[in-house]
Amino acid sequence: MPGGMAMAYVFEFTWILQYAPVLLKGIAVTIALTAVGAGAGLALATLCAWIRTQGPRWLRVPVVAYVELIRNTPFLIQLFFIFFGLPSAGLRLGEMQAAMLAMVVNLGAYGAEIIRAGIEATPRGQVEAGLSLAMSRLQVFRHVVLGPAMRRIWPALSSQVVIVMLGSSVVSQIAAEDLTFAANFIQSRNFRSFEVYFVVILLYLALAVILRQALRLAGERLFSRGRAQ
Amino acid sequence: MIEFSTWDILRNLLLAARWTVLLSAVAFLGGGLAGLLVLVMRTARRPLPRRFALGFIELFQGTPLLMQLFLAFFALSLVGINMPPWLAAGLALVLWTAAFLAEIWRGCVEAIPRGQWEASASLGMGYLEQMRHVILPQALRIAVPPTVGFSVQVVKGTALTSIIGFVELSKAGTMITNATFQPFTVYALVALLYFVLCWPLSVASRFLERRLNAPHRHH
Repeated sequence: MPGGMAMAYVFEFTWILQYAPVLLKGIAVTIALTAVGAGAGLALATLCAWIRTQGPRWLRVPVVAYVELIRNTPFLIQLFFIFFGLPSAGLRLGEMQAAMLAMVVNLGAYGAEIIRAGIEATPRGQVEAGLSLAMSRLQVFRHVVLGPAMRRIWPALSSQVVIVMLGSSVVSQIAAEDLTFAANFIQSRNFRSFEVYFVVILLYLALAVILRQALRLAGERLFSRGRAQ
Repeated sequence: MIEFSTWDILRNLLLAARWTVLLSAVAFLGGGLAGLLVLVMRTARRPLPRRFALGFIELFQGTPLLMQLFLAFFALSLVGINMPPWLAAGLALVLWTAAFLAEIWRGCVEAIPRGQWEASASLGMGYLEQMRHVILPQALRIAVPPTVGFSVQVVKGTALTSIIGFVELSKAGTMITNATFQPFTVYALVALLYFVLCWPLSVASRFLERRLNAPHRHH
């Protein structure tokens, strides 16, 4: 600051209303990314958990490698590798596609470990009972094992989805236009960085609280039958 | 343009990885100490510190680490403090780590049977004495595996500090990519180095969990 004196900074928040459309669009993109990431990510996670617990043996090693690799590297680097690195291997993705792929791959790995823990907690007798009813292994998995396993680990899975939603703020770095991208854009317009980031961090907090509640309600809806175990 | 061999790339990444390790260590140790403070407040009997700790944890667990870094970087510059990236990075990571560790440790403290509290209270111990001599020594045992597991999150979290301009492993990766135009190789190597840092911690966490849970495994 010239003169070496700290000038008194006047906080001003009302102007932010004029950027409401930009922020709303950012929120919509963040929600869309989270929805795709959670939907496809949980499907991938379930598949990986099935392979690890009862799938074909030759597939288990690649699945373990995938899960360990993703869980032990930062999401930012996974994103950069997909967006900047893969084109030289012949796969060119737009920023939204790259962001979605990164989120699916990321949640797939974390979800796989959580769901696997749920599956492994299944009492043996239930699997044996299913098999003795002449169900196939896959039928037992689908009708006997998976439901109670999901109910058991739903809280852990929910917090992982929230973590992935918050982590998605990083996709702004490859110019996917999410909520953080909106914040950076507004900040570059008027340099009121503190106010922008302060408002946007509260928006994220609200999103996290709402998402957590929504997942809790969805869990109660999905797994309300036969709660007594 | 300077020619970079794969060895040149790896050598420069390794040099930058020192800063990732240092920042992780600072965040983990600082976060551990601050987390202990938050834990004591979170489990306190009086509602005021409890509510403060709850709000602190909710704020840092419910918002993106990247936003926390931005706020730390810009907020303090506002008050006239010239905020170097390493300071903003360290500050945000310490607070973020504290929130998560406090919540992990709270679970461990609450896993200690009530009788332990009651017995120590009946010996006339105050809250801090109970914590120091009775609860924490027992809680520590169950806290070790998840704490080691969370250190992986801390190492990965430091990658975000590259975005506010702190030069560590990720930032070095981006800089080298810009010089060599070999994003595939560079980011693969960056990922590999993170994996080398994180995987032993993950394995150790799992090993400790199996080891320390041994007496409880048979029912």
